[in-house]
Amino acid sequence: MDIQYAFHALGVIVLVMPTLLLAVIGLMSLIGRPLGETMMARWTEATVTVALLASLGILGLMLYSGVRQVPIELGNWVVIPEQHFHFHLRFVFDRLSVPFVILTLVLVGTIGAFANRYLHREPGYGRFFLFYAVFLLGMVLASLAGTIESLFIGWELVGLSSALLVAYFHERPSPVVNGIRVWAIYRIADAAFLVAAVALHHLTGGGDFSGLMGTEPWPYGTASLTGMQALFVGLLLLVAAAGKSGMVPFSGWLPRAMEGPTPSSAVFYGALSVHLGAYLLLRVSPILDVSMTLQICVIALGLISAVFGALAARVQSDIKSALAFASLTQVGIIVVEIGFGLRYIALIHIIGHACLRTLQLLRAPTVLRDYHTLENALGQNLPQQESYVRYITPSSAQKWLYRFALERGYLDAFLDTLFVRPFIKVFSLFNSWERRWTDLLSGTESTEALATMDPSTTGSDGIKDIK
Amino acid sequence: MQELHLPWLELSVVIPFIGAIYIKLLKNRNSAYMQCVLLCALTLICALGEWIDFMTLRIFEAHDHWDFLKAIFGRDVFVIDELNAPLLPLAALLYLMMVLSTLRTKLGRFSLAGALFSEAILIMTLSCREPWLIILLMSLATIPPWLEMRSRKQSTGVYTVHMSLFIGLSVVGWWLVPVNEAGIPDTSSSLAIIGGAMLTAAGLLRSGIVPVHCWMTDLFEKAAFGTALLFVTPMTGAYMIMRIVLPIAPPWALQSIALVSLFTAVYSAGMALVQTDSRRFFCYLFLSHSSLVLVGLELLTPIGLTGALCIWISVGLSLGGFGLTLRAVEARMGRLSLSKYHGLYEHMPTLAGLFLLTGLGSIGFPGTIGFIGMELIVEGAVEIYPSIGTVVVLAAALNGIAILYAYFRVFTGTRHMASISLNARPQERFAVLTLTFLIIGGGLVPQPGVASRYHAAKELIAHRLIKTESLEHHRVTEH
Repeated sequence: MDIQYAFHALGVIVLVMPTLLLAVIGLMSLIGRPLGETMMARWTEATVTVALLASLGILGLMLYSGVRQVPIELGNWVVIPEQHFHFHLRFVFDRLSVPFVILTLVLVGTIGAFANRYLHREPGYGRFFLFYAVFLLGMVLASLAGTIESLFIGWELVGLSSALLVAYFHERPSPVVNGIRVWAIYRIADAAFLVAAVALHHLTGGGDFSGLMGTEPWPYGTASLTGMQALFVGLLLLVAAAGKSGMVPFSGWLPRAMEGPTPSSAVFYGALSVHLGAYLLLRVSPILDVSMTLQICVIALGLISAVFGALAARVQSDIKSALAFASLTQVGIIVVEIGFGLRYIALIHIIGHACLRTLQLLRAPTVLRDYHTLENALGQNLPQQESYVRYITPSSAQKWLYRFALERGYLDAFLDTLFVRPFIKVFSLFNSWERRWTDLLSGTESTEALATMDPSTTGSDGIKDIK
Repeated sequence: MQELHLPWLELSVVIPFIGAIYIKLLKNRNSAYMQCVLLCALTLICALGEWIDFMTLRIFEAHDHWDFLKAIFGRDVFVIDELNAPLLPLAALLYLMMVLSTLRTKLGRFSLAGALFSEAILIMTLSCREPWLIILLMSLATIPPWLEMRSRKQSTGVYTVHMSLFIGLSVVGWWLVPVNEAGIPDTSSSLAIIGGAMLTAAGLLRSGIVPVHCWMTDLFEKAAFGTALLFVTPMTGAYMIMRIVLPIAPPWALQSIALVSLFTAVYSAGMALVQTDSRRFFCYLFLSHSSLVLVGLELLTPIGLTGALCIWISVGLSLGGFGLTLRAVEARMGRLSLSKYHGLYEHMPTLAGLFLLTGLGSIGFPGTIGFIGMELIVEGAVEIYPSIGTVVVLAAALNGIAILYAYFRVFTGTRHMASISLNARPQERFAVLTLTFLIIGGGLVPQPGVASRYHAAKELIAHRLIKTESLEHHRVTEH
């Protein structure tokens, strides 16, 4: 009884601390009295530390008591009993969520301390920490979610903070263009996630993971779906995961996201956000066991993403983009591991990769200095080792591969040609028809009508940023 | 029918009505502004009083205490029920926020007396259940924007054609529907079907459903932003459909309306993404959301209807707030083009924050008032049309992209140089905080709102069934 109480209290602390941080920073900004740098850093430090200690306490208690799954029930957020509609607030501490939430808190705390110095006296310091608090809350909610709806809430918060931080240096158009691109991909991924969540509701009568995959602790659950149902829901979740983790064909946003400040690049695209798709697949991994076709799709997607990431990383001319594609390679391999059912290995891979990549990204601004230090120590240039791939690939294929990698697999161009341009073309056409119709009825021609019909006069055709 | 404890409904109509005449007589603009704010606040208090009073009665419908109109007409003209109870305070709140956030430099272009007159008409419309009176009031409400466009020397052709069509279809449509001695429309005759179709067309036209939506974009372009906002955000077209069309339309007709609305939701979301004018952008965004409300209303399932009623409130608050923010930015910068970046964040961070928050609230972002409503709509749509229902999700995704796109265009992308402060004034800040409180408060504690809307949805479906059964019974006894 006592240990259950301790679990509950510690679990609530882990959830409340990020919420408190966001409430304090958000409320003070809203009433026009934003916190100063020192206070903001202290609040971030204090809440992350308390949440980390609480989650370590839960880990200690779990190891001590042998309990492998600790549900934290916060009741129904919304319930319509007659219609069997409920939005259940249930969070779970288990062998998957505990390592992930500890990883989140350690990295967020470390990067928070780094950012406090890195962004000192930056005009957007407060804005950074506000979005950072949104991200922390999103990550904690997504990591601990015991229902697909709670996971969706965290997922959305991570997406929003991510897009806004990519556009952090918002006095220039380029980060903003990249921010909207990231957001557009995330919204497509979110749509797939939401449809999957609704489908699960209909198929299992609720969104609880325990109802979907049994009460066995992760990773031993058994999905209560048929093969076809699992394939349908699984493919939707795979699209969501691919969008969030920048896998093929959505990989184009990953290097674009590096436009944000280095601390957020490190924690989002090197460590946590980029692994959220893989985490989702790990969380619903019992679904994969039901459908062989789904497993093959997961492995294929992971493999393609890993190979593509490895190729693209080799030809990038800036270090952050190279690291972004290197991250993609590892994420792809992690997804392959998940597809093969190697869940613990995938989890360990995520933790190791997140820590290494964060360190690399934080060192990225000083990479040339690091190289010079090494070369000075060696007294010569660093040795360049040629890849063995070069010897086994014909020269024509080498050129093609080089161009393919340099153009980042033409993935952005592919999405633009297939979806964005036709979309804009069709709706611009409708827009011009509507203009003609209203001009006809009103008997006058509006100047805006001319501008809209001929983008060259304004240099705009609506949402060209997504292209 | 039970009575409220005070004549709240009549007070909420009389205060702005008398106020409009009083304000018209005042010569001093500043004094008129202050008096107008006070009158709008009083109207809001009465509307809130009506809602609280109604909730304490725990009944489906009630009428005013000392019902003056009943004495004249011999029947309940103004009735409050589960459907309109929260819509009245919402409408009054929108008017108060609009007047409060009007810059004094803009008082010459925005008619305070006209706003109060429109408010009186709107509250009358939303309190009314009599089809003829609803049609009359909605027709009357079309006049102030028309007069304003004329006074601004703008072409009224588009607006006139569409509103004339609306009035014609409504009047002829209701005239064609035969009503039996019990006062219940007889929906079995072919005339009733034609009349019902005309009323449906009128309702869809007023709601801006594709392809009869162009009047709305035209209105936003040619009238004052405030006037256009107040004309469309209370969604009187949806109210007309609920009051007049829903009781007489067969299920297949309602589901057809849902499909047309679903198409409009996606079409408008797509159109919002290619707009270069901020007002047209807002108009399409609003159309997409209001169509989602209609989708839920016509699904006729408890979940879908609950979602629609929730979204009705959340769209009113969120997009009302979004429009107010856009209007506040416009008041400082002039008409905004989305074809270039404006970089206004550094000058108006509060307005930027509200722009983002209200925008996210409208798309049902987690933690905001629209989140649960959107979930319910998706559930309801998927329940009836398993594959097509997912289109709602697509519309929401496109709207989400549009919101952030507009935010980036207006507030970021460049560095704006200004020699004067462009930040929010105290009144605007108050409006911002009020709306923020409602959007986030409703999002964090959604259960009371959802429970109340579910109860309303259940009652509405039950009353529709009772009406259908009594009509059947009447038909059988006649035979």
